[in-house]
Amino acid sequence: MSITTLPLLQQLVLVLAAIVLFTSFVLLAQARLVSAIHAFAWQGALTAAATAVVAVAGHEPHLYFSAALTFLLKALLIPWMLHRLVARLALDRHVDLLRHPALVVMAAVALVIFSYWLVLPMVRLELAFTRNIVAISLAVVLIGLLMMVFRQQAVAQVLGFMSMENGLFLAAVSATGGMPLVVELGVAFDVLVAMVLFGVFFFQIRDSIDTLDVDRLNRLTESLEDER
Amino acid sequence: MNALLLTLALPFAGAVLLALVRPLAVAGWLNVAISTTSFGAAAWLAWTVATAGEVAGYGFRVDVFNVYLVALTAFVGMTTSVFSRPYMQHVCRTGMTTERGMRIYHAMYQAFMFTMLLALTTDSLGVLWVAVEGATLATVLLVSLYRTPEAVEAAWKYFILCGVGIALALFGTVLTYFAAQHVLTEPGAGLTWSILYRHAADLEPSVMGLAFVFLLVGYGTKVGLVPMHQWLPDAHSEGPTPMSAVLSGLLLNVALYAVVRIKMLVDGSLAASASPHLAGHLLMGFGLVSFLVAGLFLHRQRDIKRMFSYSSIEHMGLMTFAFGLGGPLATFGALLHMLVHSLTKSAIFITVGHATHIAGTQRIDNIRGLIRTQPMVGWSLLLGVIAIAGFPPFGVFTSEFLLLTATMQSQPWLTVALLTGLAIAFAGLLRHLQPMVYGPAPEGQRPVAANMLPVLLHLALVLWLGLSIPPFLVEWLNRATELISGAHLV
Repeated sequence: MSITTLPLLQQLVLVLAAIVLFTSFVLLAQARLVSAIHAFAWQGALTAAATAVVAVAGHEPHLYFSAALTFLLKALLIPWMLHRLVARLALDRHVDLLRHPALVVMAAVALVIFSYWLVLPMVRLELAFTRNIVAISLAVVLIGLLMMVFRQQAVAQVLGFMSMENGLFLAAVSATGGMPLVVELGVAFDVLVAMVLFGVFFFQIRDSIDTLDVDRLNRLTESLEDER
Repeated sequence: MNALLLTLALPFAGAVLLALVRPLAVAGWLNVAISTTSFGAAAWLAWTVATAGEVAGYGFRVDVFNVYLVALTAFVGMTTSVFSRPYMQHVCRTGMTTERGMRIYHAMYQAFMFTMLLALTTDSLGVLWVAVEGATLATVLLVSLYRTPEAVEAAWKYFILCGVGIALALFGTVLTYFAAQHVLTEPGAGLTWSILYRHAADLEPSVMGLAFVFLLVGYGTKVGLVPMHQWLPDAHSEGPTPMSAVLSGLLLNVALYAVVRIKMLVDGSLAASASPHLAGHLLMGFGLVSFLVAGLFLHRQRDIKRMFSYSSIEHMGLMTFAFGLGGPLATFGALLHMLVHSLTKSAIFITVGHATHIAGTQRIDNIRGLIRTQPMVGWSLLLGVIAIAGFPPFGVFTSEFLLLTATMQSQPWLTVALLTGLAIAFAGLLRHLQPMVYGPAPEGQRPVAANMLPVLLHLALVLWLGLSIPPFLVEWLNRATELISGAHLV
């Protein structure tokens, strides 16, 4: 079954999901923190838009609420909190270059292919739509993970973490029509608390090592045990 | 039902209350009081379940399997709070943390207990995820409580690694929900474990297999399975000692509980597929690797709390292996091992807390002559280590013996690996232990005010379980075994 035969609204969701995946790449390669936060805000807004379209397509009223919640949390509140933190930490002009940008982006591409490969066995269940959307959201999750591994800057790592959450949310909304409301609220609450705690930790890290390059957090390795 | 609501409401109210209470002495006692009443409520709940069977409603479900973990969690929470009151006052006096830090500590202690109990009693896989993530959030500030560079680093590592792990678990949960939607017609039932379990055979095997891998990696990070264990030794060694005791004794158990619940589902779904034992084999593999690697790492440790956290990884690996092995004997052994390991390990961490105060350091090389300085602490550490290393007559011996027997029955060759691992771990623990407890004490080393009651209580229970397991507990574990493995042992 080809994508062009899908209902228009589902095609729209797929397009939005693809742009979410694109913003993941932008996030991964963006060196300037402030721009990366903007990219993240766009990703949140796109996720919310995808949710709204799913709500229209599936006539599921509780998804309107999820879409609003996502928009508030991921596109407005968390980017705003990050902005304020970056300003207070005087990192507005901070540039955090990736070590091997070409390699990392290639790895991200490989992750997208890997995600599509992983969902191949799911032929029996569903049509082209679900498989694509699960693959895309898995790719967003894995690219977030990659970002957390390769970025040495605490704020960039948090952006990776939050974009993983976006991928998860996209999967939950588009593949399953949204999790039960209790779970969705719980997850949103956890994400919000996590963001507040991340803020606390930025200051704790800076107080302890004078920088937010978490690469320098290397006192607790097994090999250095003897020197301590 | 009332007992269940009370068990959950008490720590929740406690967290709110303790966030507001300023005086340290009052907060300490209040923490003890709340933890004790929660244990009372949990005991009431256990009694209800034992006499009337399952308690269910409002999205909760307490059966024989989780009620025993609820009771254990509340019990260790209670004894640790008794230990933590004078211990943390001492810490506060030495200036390692502030009054404000102590307020966070007490509030988060209860918040942590709440998330643990919620994770255990909920019937929804989604709420389970929320609660386990909540447990990370509640403890992460406690790991960095002392604000040393090491503590901040440990907390950051803990936060990021567990955050990533748990995100993967959420993806697995979404996949499970996706599989469920094609089978279940009732709306909103998709994440209710008990309904899913009834329809397990109809769930799409390919999706469930994929979901299990994500869920295992996710919750396995929390269990401390190698290679996702990196956060565990750091968080245990840099956080306050009462936190190490509850992390090791409770959090790891709850994460393993989640894995076992999911394995029950996936086994049902994969039963008719090409690889019916996928879940079991994955658990056995991860478990065995963790068990052996952690045993080897025990030898290299210089920090006493780090050493015992590797011992926790080792035991969690053994339990994971046993649950993967399946069958009534292995499951019974694993359930018993969960119980005795929690009791012994929290007793050891409490003793270690006192030992580090006596020596003024966590470095194993500088902790000397504990028996000379303070016989109670020295002997408790000695007995605790002997118990955890699996010597008779302690309960750990009983459960490890059962596990070895089960392995010999179904996978005889793996017995060799298990016995080697046990010997390596034993050697690793004993070579560090011997100079710490025996030998002359350094000049000027003085005893500290220590409340050894929790330790004695735990060790006495472990000894009792080693000598004779009381019939009601056998009956209880037996019913849990039947629930998990489908057959009862005795």
